[in-house]
Amino acid sequence: MSGDGHGRASAGAGAAGRRHELAARAAAETALEAAVAAGAEAADAWAERRRSRRVVVWREAVEELGEAVSCGVGVRAFVDGRWGFAYASGFASDELAEAARAAVALARIADRETGAGLPDHCGQAGVPDLADERLLAATSDHCVELARACERAARAQRAVTDVEQVVYQDAWLEVALANSASFAGAFTASSAWMYCTAFAGEVGERMSGFGLDIARAPHGLDPERTGREAGERAALLAGATKPPSRRCAVVFDAFAAAALVAAVGEMLSAEQVERGRSPFADKLGAEVASSSLTIADDATLPDGPASAPFDGEGSPTGRTELIAGGRLLTFVHDVRTARRAGTNTTANALRSSYRTPPVVGVSNLVVAGEQVPFAQLLATLGDGFYITDLSGLHSGVNPVSGTFSVGASGVVVRGGELAEPAREMTVAGSLTDLLRNVQALGDDRRWVPLAGSVSTPSLLVDGITVSGR
Amino acid sequence: MAEASTLVAPDVAERVLARLLAHGGELGELFCEERRSLALVRDDRRLERPQLGSERGACLRIVRDGATFYGYTDSVSEGELLALAASLASAARAGARTPAPLAAPRQRRLHDVAVAPTAVSIADKADLVARVDEAARAQGVAVVQVRAGYAESTRRVAIFNSDGVSACDERTRVRLTCQAVARRDGRTESGVETRGGCAGFELVADATDVGERAAQKALALLDAVDAPTGEMPVVVGNGFGGVLLHEAVGHGLEADAVQKGASVYAGLLGKRVAPPFVTAYDDGALAGAWGSDGCDDEGTATQRTTIIAEGELVGYLYDLVRAREANAAPTGNGRRESYRHPPLPRMTNTYFARGDASPEDLIAGVRRGLYAVSFGGGQVEPATGDFVFGVSEGYLIENGRVTAPVRGATLVGNCLRALAAIDGIADDLEIATGFCGKGGQSVPAGVGQPHVRLRSITVGGTRA
Repeated sequence: MSGDGHGRASAGAGAAGRRHELAARAAAETALEAAVAAGAEAADAWAERRRSRRVVVWREAVEELGEAVSCGVGVRAFVDGRWGFAYASGFASDELAEAARAAVALARIADRETGAGLPDHCGQAGVPDLADERLLAATSDHCVELARACERAARAQRAVTDVEQVVYQDAWLEVALANSASFAGAFTASSAWMYCTAFAGEVGERMSGFGLDIARAPHGLDPERTGREAGERAALLAGATKPPSRRCAVVFDAFAAAALVAAVGEMLSAEQVERGRSPFADKLGAEVASSSLTIADDATLPDGPASAPFDGEGSPTGRTELIAGGRLLTFVHDVRTARRAGTNTTANALRSSYRTPPVVGVSNLVVAGEQVPFAQLLATLGDGFYITDLSGLHSGVNPVSGTFSVGASGVVVRGGELAEPAREMTVAGSLTDLLRNVQALGDDRRWVPLAGSVSTPSLLVDGITVSGR
Repeated sequence: MAEASTLVAPDVAERVLARLLAHGGELGELFCEERRSLALVRDDRRLERPQLGSERGACLRIVRDGATFYGYTDSVSEGELLALAASLASAARAGARTPAPLAAPRQRRLHDVAVAPTAVSIADKADLVARVDEAARAQGVAVVQVRAGYAESTRRVAIFNSDGVSACDERTRVRLTCQAVARRDGRTESGVETRGGCAGFELVADATDVGERAAQKALALLDAVDAPTGEMPVVVGNGFGGVLLHEAVGHGLEADAVQKGASVYAGLLGKRVAPPFVTAYDDGALAGAWGSDGCDDEGTATQRTTIIAEGELVGYLYDLVRAREANAAPTGNGRRESYRHPPLPRMTNTYFARGDASPEDLIAGVRRGLYAVSFGGGQVEPATGDFVFGVSEGYLIENGRVTAPVRGATLVGNCLRALAAIDGIADDLEIATGFCGKGGQSVPAGVGQPHVRLRSITVGGTRA
């Protein structure tokens, strides 16, 4: 994404913005040594240093401007097939040593876990540069200006009556992982994102719309398009009323589709599967989706928000087809679940920060298949709903049974045309049926980092129960 | 009181605040925190990955002309704090200002900790989760999988600001959770139960009923029918049913949304929003409750705030900045997830006051409807007032009697219409534990209510 060639060298090569990677490396080494000294048979230490910035703008004035640098280390210690985890904020060596000792003490009281240990093969995949140094060069004034431009674009939409706020955020992340199997890896990744919530309609009848953009640096963001998107989405829903209940086909736009696909991703975790907590548990090799659908996990994509050269255990990342030709090919694994299932890790040990131990989860989830123009998607739908917003997913999706029933708003579709807007309704079904009932994919693919990292177009799905009046 | 000085001494705080306002600003603030948290999970009959974390850091804030400038650091050393203060001061540049002298540190103890969690061995805690696990499995052979977890956190905070506020608080929380999975005839269901509060280990030491309840919920769902669809009367259970009030009312009363006009409750102060038998509170000073603290994260003493009095909307929830803006007194609702976050107006423990009906009366009055005993959670958009709740345990009500369990039910509605639809409140108030997400921050929030009946609300199920 950095088009200037500057900073394209491999991570840690000494470019100006990456000099602190050395601090993370040193902290990881210190914690690792302390864990081994405290009696760990094997250990790893994940150190990170994060520089982050947040700007909130409303009525073109700055509401909030935050800038911070934070760092910390998480240590895993293995003793006799058991393991413990402890973390400490900061890079002070006495605190790292204390965390290392705590990890060893915790490992001693844990139960033995088959397959627990470091990977057999550690390494770094050849991923494209994930850090754009223009992020470091951008001033806060520049970021405020982007947010203002976004708000202006939203307010310029005819139906927009107000804008709730525009939020700009960025992060520059340096990660180092060291383990007692002689692996020492590091990488730097940057991300910048902005979002805007706009309102259309008067108070009481008001509806909101959301616009979002994500890139590696502020220069990659398009504030006008983001603001316009928020305004257009709000306008689409203005005047919405509660629709009658029915069972029908539905087009989920990319935002809504991404939320549902992310829920499917959680159910494809080998850990959930082996514990009998996934509706896909006995479906390996079976037909689980429409034959035209492919779902892959890929942590090597240049624009993927969850991309990284190695996972939370030090396994080199790659691309894994989970569902292809409608068949379930594999679950996502870390080292433990793979050993227990007699297969190889898919490098899906995720760490959301130094404060969490690695857990099995998807990285970037990519939905693919033949795409048709959006208008054709609506024409194929004929009569049904175009759903643009889902809410209450954390409580409305049952990850064990795969059923879902969540709040929704959108637009009634009649004869392939958008008709009146609808709100205060739910859409319900089962995610396993949903994958089989995907009829077509739109041509509006995008990254949605708000529900995991999912890249999906809008999806036309049959057999959804819509509940309203 | 002496404890605060071990985190950051008042004279250090004074120097940091002076540096922070060297170039002006209406408010300068130093928030310091030290936290230790332990989490034990027993899954599939094994205690795996026990976790211990320790964090220490500080957040500095300048408020100037309605804008907040903040930064945080993983340190409470004077050198680091002064450097951060200087950098923020130049970002928020205006005319210099001298902070008010700090008052004597203030600390208020709201809850008793009989048994400090740190005084109990990890082995005893591991034994507790094992007992919860076995209690769940003892409910029946259909219980095939159990995940039981124990979590504790001990947190010390110290807050100093340029108005002279100097407050400290010690916060100990414990929480026990159990998820049970039951399977029969190819059908799999799960149930979750939780117990927690601001208290010591004594609160959960014998709480094996958490396992029993989780298993019973999962087993009940094995016989569940698909949830009905459409508008109908709903009786909402006590305790975690209070998530209804949290979502349908509470978020809309948080002053940041109100002041931007981004809440359906903006401008409704003094207006009737519910029937006259409805009264509701936010109470951060409720002893032992999950969402309570001695002071909020800006050093304001927590309190009970009446939000609805006999059907009339009477109060919003303020932090310092929004209270100043509204010329109102702060209500002790400035809360933050950690030193890595600026404070936001947030709920503490929010609940409906008791009514005089019995839960049986409420159910007896329904010909065909839903009894929503417990929720997985909910979500609201304050600006539109549309909300949704996922029902994790629910039953049909037929001819005034609770009958078959249902699965997959969701309640969807609009705040003001739902409040107006309340037609009965029972006398069995209970407060439950939850986590509330807002602006990317998650904080412990207590939700509660007695049984409440809604005349009509949309149930979204899978049975068309």
